Amino acid sequence: MLTFDQVSKSYPGGFIALDRISFELAKGEMAFLTGHSGAGKSTLLKLISLIERPTSGRVLINNVDLKRIRRSQVPYIRRDIGIIFQNHRLLMEHTVFDNVALPLVIEGFTGKEMVKRVHAALDKVGLLDKVRCLPETLSGGEQQRVGIARAVVNKPPLLLADEPTGNLDPELSKDIMRVFEAFNQVGVSVLIATHDHSLVARMRYRTLTLKQGKMINDGLLQYEEPL
Amino acid sequence: MSILFSGRAAGASSRQIHPLQRWLMFWVQHLRQCIGSLGELWRTPLASLMTIAVLGVSLTLPTTLHLLVKNVQSISGSFTQAAEISFFIKDDATDTQISTLVTMLSADPDIEQVRFISKSDAMAEFQQVSGFGQALQLLDDNPLPHVILVLPRHTQPQAAEQLRRRIEQERIVDFGKLDIAWLERLDAILLLMRQAVLAIALLLLTAVLLIIGNTIRLSIINKKEEIEVMKLVGATDAFIQRPFLYTGVWFGVFGGLLAFLVVELMVWWLEGAIGQITDLYQSHFTLMTMSFSEFLALLLLSVLLGLAGSYISVSRHIRAIEPSGP
Repeated sequence: MLTFDQVSKSYPGGFIALDRISFELAKGEMAFLTGHSGAGKSTLLKLISLIERPTSGRVLINNVDLKRIRRSQVPYIRRDIGIIFQNHRLLMEHTVFDNVALPLVIEGFTGKEMVKRVHAALDKVGLLDKVRCLPETLSGGEQQRVGIARAVVNKPPLLLADEPTGNLDPELSKDIMRVFEAFNQVGVSVLIATHDHSLVARMRYRTLTLKQGKMINDGLLQYEEPL
Repeated sequence: MSILFSGRAAGASSRQIHPLQRWLMFWVQHLRQCIGSLGELWRTPLASLMTIAVLGVSLTLPTTLHLLVKNVQSISGSFTQAAEISFFIKDDATDTQISTLVTMLSADPDIEQVRFISKSDAMAEFQQVSGFGQALQLLDDNPLPHVILVLPRHTQPQAAEQLRRRIEQERIVDFGKLDIAWLERLDAILLLMRQAVLAIALLLLTAVLLIIGNTIRLSIINKKEEIEVMKLVGATDAFIQRPFLYTGVWFGVFGGLLAFLVVELMVWWLEGAIGQITDLYQSHFTLMTMSFSEFLALLLLSVLLGLAGSYISVSRHIRAIEPSGP
């Protein structure tokens, strides 16, 4: 599904954000991406969502080399990837419905089909009763779940999440993770960037760990109880 | 269409829908964005009103000047009598010679109308008009010549002048007289006015273009966050641009209507004053207002300006906004 082949990314000024990263995420696999802030997690996600381009190496999604993708094609790539943001990036002046419907509107859905899909997505994250609310009136966890609903509303095969539990307490974090697991169980590939080690270790999924741009761990993370 | 997943039919095309229905949905989408941008104007009433007012006032001035030129032209058009040419006939011409010339001139395709004023008619008229009645009777013989008045078909100064020269060649014609100097002056003034209107209009329209471009630029910057999110969930530039282009169109529509209203109001207001002046001159002059086609042209121009203004800034700024990170 997702392949990184010797991918490096350096920024002007010589800062190396990613250093020869290689890994593969199978179809229907769920994995965590961990590391301290500045380790390169965000850069890695940016390369997948085509916000940035690699300096060298290849990024492939479903065996399509992203290098081939022209600027004008980028929007169509992003429609196949659901992205969840740390600060959820909802449109605050629009209702929950409008926020979740945005990807559908962009793809040209209208009327009943759109309403049906928005309701289905909100139902999965348990927010069907908030459909007419403004995001401001929701709690942090609810806002994050609206963000998830927006990411999955057009049923993308690949889901990326950047610190989805960043500002949430452990209870809410667990809820959010369950939502991701539910999507994973229906065949969606999920990659979650987080620095929440305890959560990662408890969930027991494959974990990719970055440190200063290098991949230092690929596999299950050993959970060490803090003393 | 999905580039990455050939099996995955994405978007609205995933359902088997009739092309006609898809075509309809495309327009529904447009209509939605069109009405949506109208709502956007409504949400920031003060800023929108100011932009519309700037557009309206800027269009009012060239429109008014255009009407002014049009009216002056219509006045000058009613002065065709001024282009009348008087031909003075030599004293030794016989009656037959004169009547032959009159018949000939009447048949001339360049001539609208021919009128012959004999010596005695001219004298009678002169006696009546000049007030020298008694004094003129003291004269032994009539000093006035026969006159043929010719009204040219083409009243432009050059054409009239050409006609005068041609007929002057006739043997019995002493000389022709055409008072075209002031007509030429009037024409020159009209030309100057028309060019001034054009120059002022061009300047103002450029200003309008820049103002609309700037207004749209500001609203793009205000919505930077929203645009980034839209780009992140897969909106094309064209999709993001459309509401802003419609905003420009709405500015144009309302600005054009405002200009029309202001001009109509001005004409209505001036009509009384002009009526007084024309009454004093005992002429029947009615102010010409905007015709329907002129109204449409004004509206079209205004809409085009709004669209062009927003396009200038949309095409640059929306491309420049790129999401900085997930």
